[in-house]
Amino acid sequence: MDVLLKIEPEITIQEALDFIHSPACGGEVVFTGKVRNDTKGRAVTKLFYESYREMAISEMQKIADDVAMQWDIKKIAMLHAIGDKYPGDIAVVVAVSSIHRGIAFDACEYAIDTLKARVPIWKKEFFADGTII
Amino acid sequence: MGLLLFGVAKDIAGQSILTLPEGITTVGELKSWLLATYPGLQQLNSLMIAVNREYAVDNQPIATSDEIAVIPPVSGG
Repeated sequence: MDVLLKIEPEITIQEALDFIHSPACGGEVVFTGKVRNDTKGRAVTKLFYESYREMAISEMQKIADDVAMQWDIKKIAMLHAIGDKYPGDIAVVVAVSSIHRGIAFDACEYAIDTLKARVPIWKKEFFADGTII
Repeated sequence: MGLLLFGVAKDIAGQSILTLPEGITTVGELKSWLLATYPGLQQLNSLMIAVNREYAVDNQPIATSDEIAVIPPVSGG
């Protein structure tokens, strides 16, 4: 399985798609996580993401290893943005490709769920009323 | 190599790097020291410690030569 991991200020869906394309794969699943303009009814002006980069990449690699053990996925890309991000910006992209679609959905869901639970990346929320959480 | 702090743990401690206090030899002892020294950390839903970039359990030994990080609840995605 080919793996692309990236934690950078700018990420794009296209680079993930370009990476997972393969003539052998008939199914491609892409999850995109975007910055919302609202958290529980409060207007959000921006998010700030930081990471413990070395460990975050290591944990992302473990997720990729878990995916490779569970499913016959051919390629996976996991990209996470850091720094200031505004409503509508892309925060995270997980993309997988496989011969057929079924396992691609399963693997993509597993990868984003596990990324959110384990990978050391943190967001700070800036609200329109001036508060920061 | 010092104690790295991230996210809200960094904000509560007011510093991004601390020196591992003398006499602390396990992850559990470090957590107890952190919670006593920075009571704001008690408000967090979880407080994990990573040793050499791996999540660590409380009885894991630590030394000043380790890269140790304080990991508040993660919130990527």
